[in-house]
Amino acid sequence: MSPTEPHEDRAALVGTSTRRREDPRLLTGRGTFTDDIHLPGTLYAQFVRATVASATVTSLDLSAVREVPGVVAAFDAADLALGDITARLGRPAAEFVPTSMPILARDRVRYAGEPLAVVVARDPYAVEDGLEAARVSYAPERAVTSDTEALAPDAPLVHAEAPANTLLDVSMFATEGIDDVFAEAPCVVDVSVRTGRQNALPLETRAALAAWDDREEQLTLRTPTQVPHQVRTVAARCLGLDERAVRVLVPDMGGGFGLKCVVGREEIAVAAASLRLGRPVKWTEDRKDALTASFLAREQHYEARAAFDAEGHVLGLDTDLICDMGAYSCYPFTAGIEPLMASSEMPGVYKVPAYRVRARAVTTNKAPSAPYRGVSRPQYVMVVERLFERAARELGIDPVEIRRRNLITDFPYTGVNNVTYDPGSYLESLDLCERTLREEGWYARREEAAAEGRHLGIGYACFSERTGYGSTAFAQRKMEVVPGFDIAEARMDVTGALTVSTGTMSHGQSHETTMAQIAADELGLDLARVRIHQGDTDRVTYGWGTFASRSIAVGGSAVRLAAGKLGEKLRLLAASRWEVAPDRVELGDGRARNADDGSTLSYPELAEIAYLKSHLLPKGVEPGLSATASFDVFNDGTFSNATHGVVVELHEATGQVEIVRYVCVEDCGVAINPQVVEGQCRGGIAQGIAGALFEEITYDAQGEPSATSFMDYRVPTALEIPEIGIAHLETPCAFTETGAKGAGEGGTIGAPGAVLNAVNDALRPTGVELDQTPITPETVADALERA
Amino acid sequence: MSQITHEPPDRQLLTLEVNGEAHEVLVESRRTLVDVLRHDLGLTGTHVGCEHGICGACTVLIDGAPARACLTFAAQAEGSAVETVESLDGGGGGSAPGRRLSDLQQAFTEHHALQCGFCTPGFLMLAEGHLAEQPAPSREEIREVVAANLCRCTGYQTIVDAIEDCAARRRAATSEEGPCN
Amino acid sequence: MKPAPFTYHRARDLDGATRLLVELEAREEDPKVLAGGQSLVAMMNFRLARPAHLVDIGRLDCLRGIHTDADGALHLGALTTHHQVERAPAELLGRGHAVLRDAMRWVGHLPIRTRGTVGGSLAHADATAEWCLLATLLDAELVVHGGGGRRRVPAAEFFLGYYTTALGADELLTEVVFPREAPHAALTEFAQRHGDFATVAAAVDLELAADGRTVCGGRVALGGVAALPVRVPEAEAVLARGDTAGDALFAACGQAAAEAVDPPSDDAGSAGYRRRLARTLVVQACEEAFAR
Repeated sequence: MSPTEPHEDRAALVGTSTRRREDPRLLTGRGTFTDDIHLPGTLYAQFVRATVASATVTSLDLSAVREVPGVVAAFDAADLALGDITARLGRPAAEFVPTSMPILARDRVRYAGEPLAVVVARDPYAVEDGLEAARVSYAPERAVTSDTEALAPDAPLVHAEAPANTLLDVSMFATEGIDDVFAEAPCVVDVSVRTGRQNALPLETRAALAAWDDREEQLTLRTPTQVPHQVRTVAARCLGLDERAVRVLVPDMGGGFGLKCVVGREEIAVAAASLRLGRPVKWTEDRKDALTASFLAREQHYEARAAFDAEGHVLGLDTDLICDMGAYSCYPFTAGIEPLMASSEMPGVYKVPAYRVRARAVTTNKAPSAPYRGVSRPQYVMVVERLFERAARELGIDPVEIRRRNLITDFPYTGVNNVTYDPGSYLESLDLCERTLREEGWYARREEAAAEGRHLGIGYACFSERTGYGSTAFAQRKMEVVPGFDIAEARMDVTGALTVSTGTMSHGQSHETTMAQIAADELGLDLARVRIHQGDTDRVTYGWGTFASRSIAVGGSAVRLAAGKLGEKLRLLAASRWEVAPDRVELGDGRARNADDGSTLSYPELAEIAYLKSHLLPKGVEPGLSATASFDVFNDGTFSNATHGVVVELHEATGQVEIVRYVCVEDCGVAINPQVVEGQCRGGIAQGIAGALFEEITYDAQGEPSATSFMDYRVPTALEIPEIGIAHLETPCAFTETGAKGAGEGGTIGAPGAVLNAVNDALRPTGVELDQTPITPETVADALERA
Repeated sequence: MSQITHEPPDRQLLTLEVNGEAHEVLVESRRTLVDVLRHDLGLTGTHVGCEHGICGACTVLIDGAPARACLTFAAQAEGSAVETVESLDGGGGGSAPGRRLSDLQQAFTEHHALQCGFCTPGFLMLAEGHLAEQPAPSREEIREVVAANLCRCTGYQTIVDAIEDCAARRRAATSEEGPCN
Repeated sequence: MKPAPFTYHRARDLDGATRLLVELEAREEDPKVLAGGQSLVAMMNFRLARPAHLVDIGRLDCLRGIHTDADGALHLGALTTHHQVERAPAELLGRGHAVLRDAMRWVGHLPIRTRGTVGGSLAHADATAEWCLLATLLDAELVVHGGGGRRRVPAAEFFLGYYTTALGADELLTEVVFPREAPHAALTEFAQRHGDFATVAAAVDLELAADGRTVCGGRVALGGVAALPVRVPEAEAVLARGDTAGDALFAACGQAAAEAVDPPSDDAGSAGYRRRLARTLVVQACEEAFAR
């Protein structure tokens, strides 16, 4: 059955905006988040954290901590003696330097906020009293707080083993003769872009609840992670346990956005403290720590230029980019996550004939970076889109037209970056987006506004997003730990109800609904009879969790395959009862149907045979109804695409950037649940706008974080995020099981570039161009004042 | 560095009226209302997102008005009626399969006004508090009220849609019933 | 992020509250008054404030309410919430004081306004807080109870600097009195994100001649340009020139305000930016005040 063809027997669920299965419990306050769980005897943990950014720890005295009423224990690195977390790439030393992140810092601290000791107390208030009693002495050293400082010749080294504070330095592409291309091109434009450090900011902070189960001889670690099996792997290694002896359970999860797809040191320390004390230990990160000491992202610096011919065809792209990855490499992705993504994907949706890129990850005395929704793509899309707008200006070509002349239109297309793009609607999405803004009259309004001395600007961003990375694509990144496949296990019980366990981990993306839609369609079951189970490492042998917009493309395919395999068994059972060939059995509407005589056996009837009347099973058929399937992608993955169009008005006096219209035309292949896709788009766009205009994690010259609360880290509210119009195009993926492509990150990828272009369009009469995010009102007011 | 005192903690025996039920708790004076609700009364539907009054995940109703449970000591709530998300009821009794959603909760699911659901109880209580006072808000007014809380998943638009829709349905239901006398 | 320990006292009456404050202060026990708690509890959760004693005055209903006295002065009890002012009916808060009601939309968000109090905001004395600006603009008097009895402090003498007031540690703010009507007054402000403390806030009170068009005087106050809310005599002088209301006058007033202030530079904005904001916001406030 082709992905788009509706099921014969009943209306297909895939493609419909069916109500979410997650909602009833979440709406009634009966969701179960990690901090909601209380086990008898639970103790509460928090961390003594470094107060300076770079120092040798000369002494750490926890004796007074242990005297504080309510405090049960305090452990430092020596007390717990745990293995480090080390993330590696299979690259030569000249390209990549592995560094180790200790679970608790030992003699050296590398950022303000780094954990030094874990304090455990009888209640969450006493533990805070305990933290205050810790006595730490430091011999402070000069902190490295920016990429420029990190690369300065006299810079102190954050890690002694990393010369020039460089953890990764790769030049993946350098088309032969590219210097000549630039030398001879009639038009060369350049741009220098800096993007601010951000926090992905799931509203639920990180947390962990660890308890040893004597009966199972197993540590149960409840933690909101996007990657339960990777947490199990690291916990087992650090604690010296068999993986069997660690069970990671993921309760309801209040967002992740990438911040929770790496393994943190705190959850391991909490597990170790629990083992040591023989009691459940719970840690819930507070917001101050979440802002200053968790994982951050996005701080990048691009020096880029592009060459064009006189008609606006791009001839070459040349980039030097530096990502400030903070103090440590995150597991399993390493500090290479951002620069490698940018290097391999930057040419994006355009036919770029010549490409050169140097990409570096530098280490600084700031909280470490992890993937965050979009990973580098929001930045390089912004850079490329700025280059196209600049070229359009220089050549006197309409900015939409110049894109049109360069977009990839013949698929599959293998780019200068050796990536093969599967079919998408690059041109169609741009056309529709522009047409929408034109028909709504925004171009005319821009002229009117200019005549009145107001500042209206229109900006676009075109992009594609590789989703459904398989092991092949990740192996090309040379990750030592290679993600890619996912596994699903389908079980039908005696009553004919289906449970599918998956290795992916929804944290807001609605997988309990969308994956159930897929499985229900495959077997012709009512949605109510399908349950998706996730976040239990004992239920699936291994999975890679949820990140990189992979879950529906990869995990969803595994779900369909597992359900299909289970269907084969149902077919076999029914065929044996009817004594016909299995291919004469049709499945649908909750039953098997004999194509020859129309007789039927319901799933409960078949399940009863499989479990309770196994004597009726044909020879060689095992009792029970379960099937496991895996799915992987063995090519370059599938590309979702979109165009975002934004209209802004700049307010002269205040410099406020008001988004007056936002249109997103997206294509993620078959939308399993269109309402869910729209939710992902809108939410992603809101985060992109946040990065473009509002949020930044800043540090002072000593490396002290200055955004320690929501007063300073300005997450936009409903009055800052505009209404967002969304239109869908559908170019089904040919090699995922459902035709779906990923949809989780696109919104965030397109928004910053489109907003920045719109602001610069509005600033056009001033001659000022802004290429640094977040764009603050003061910068805009200054630009307008200068005009 | 602060001075550490090891005096016995100051405790209060409090009677709190939560969701129409009186609860007695003996807690340290410094315990915030949200911690008492969650950890002493087991009402974990109210969430903690920032503990400084900005995110609104802890929003409950105190005497009918939306308030931050993280910026209120439990002792301050004695003598007031506190309502949490657990009080919202669409009928159908307490058993899980039969429980029905309230009209507002129903509107939230229909409009996909929640994704991870962590902020949702706060938005529900915020909206209930506002609609009780202003049954006919404009969309702009709803946006302004919704701006009191943070949501990281939805981009807010569908939350505004859901509240607007619920308010309209409530008004329609009231006008159908006609004046009651 | 949990508060440090403290001893909780619930005041049952005003005298009891002041007696307790006097006594605790005399013993140097560091008491702090807890009203709505919307600023204090946040600071305590960060342990940026760690009073040893909290005196909760939340039950002192005598401190709650709005009334106008025989002289036409408006009295707001210290425990009156921002939201009560925002929703006050016209009988309690007439046209002459509508500026107070309208200013409330700038105070945080609804769930803050339902708990936060007029007195708490004044005693906290954030330089950009709406109540501090309104009190400064409209020559309010702050009524204070303490060991030394009851005294009335003019707003001009109440705010002393960043989060600093003339309120003694053993004193309690019980009431704020707005002595006269201000039918042509308005407050406006700018913050990048809605609900945040303003980068700059401006308030203007115009005196109009009988013709309704001639400005014969007025007051201008700014927040966010100094350690405390300030009146701007240079801008008020422009309003006192007797010119006709309109763009020219208001622009001149804004310009005078911008030139007169010497704002600080910090993360929220440079001195130059704040000065430009001051100019714009004063003009806006003039326009809104005149349109009233």
